[in-house]
Amino acid sequence: MSETIAKLINQSCVLINCNYTKAEEVISAVGMKLFEEGYVRDTFVKAAIDREKQLPTGLPLGGGVNAAIPHTEIEHVIKPALGMATLKTPVAFQNMISPEEMVPVRLVFLLALEKPKAQVEMLQEIASILQNSVLVEELLNENTYEGIIQRLKQA
Amino acid sequence: MDTPKRVLVACGTGIATSTVVAKAIEEALKERGLNVMIRQCKISEVKSLAGDADLIITTTPAPKDLGVPVIQTIAFLTGIGKEEVIEEIVKALES
Repeated sequence: MSETIAKLINQSCVLINCNYTKAEEVISAVGMKLFEEGYVRDTFVKAAIDREKQLPTGLPLGGGVNAAIPHTEIEHVIKPALGMATLKTPVAFQNMISPEEMVPVRLVFLLALEKPKAQVEMLQEIASILQNSVLVEELLNENTYEGIIQRLKQA
Repeated sequence: MDTPKRVLVACGTGIATSTVVAKAIEEALKERGLNVMIRQCKISEVKSLAGDADLIITTTPAPKDLGVPVIQTIAFLTGIGKEEVIEEIVKALES
């Protein structure tokens, strides 16, 4: 993990082993943390939920765990940040490339991006995490923030 | 000196997944010695920008009747099928 995920992730915005049944619940829970920490405006959560419905972000990763990367327009973001949730039981997100398909997701990265192309490294890091199926499984097995950060450093 | 091929990379917001894809394509094509100009945009802008592109790559469903080849893929995010998509892109640009 290079500096950028480390710089943008905040412990209070990492929710571990959560129980939710719907995608919007996850986005709302993590999004509210980002709002409370001053990273996003009060319009962010609703905008991210709406965006997810029109332009879903579910990503089937081919291993046991799938991910989603909800985000929304930059106007709802004050400072760039990364929120994250690991889910005890899978929550259905629609597949980004085939929205008629549902993807059972257990790893969610909620992206608060402030300008186009500004967070290139963070996005590339997230992509390389997603492409490492062993690491993704290990992330899901971590019960503490410290454990998660240790795993992210291995990316 | 061949003119660079123009690749349009689109995603929902034009800032997140298209950024990853644009970077990945840029590096993959550079390795293969292909000269490309890459532009990112939102999926809603694709129709109006298609006229200036030789190839369009999207991470979200796109209209197919644009007169320009369209490749829809999340391979650069998930890693699944990445090599095959790169070959598909190279073929589309060389034709």
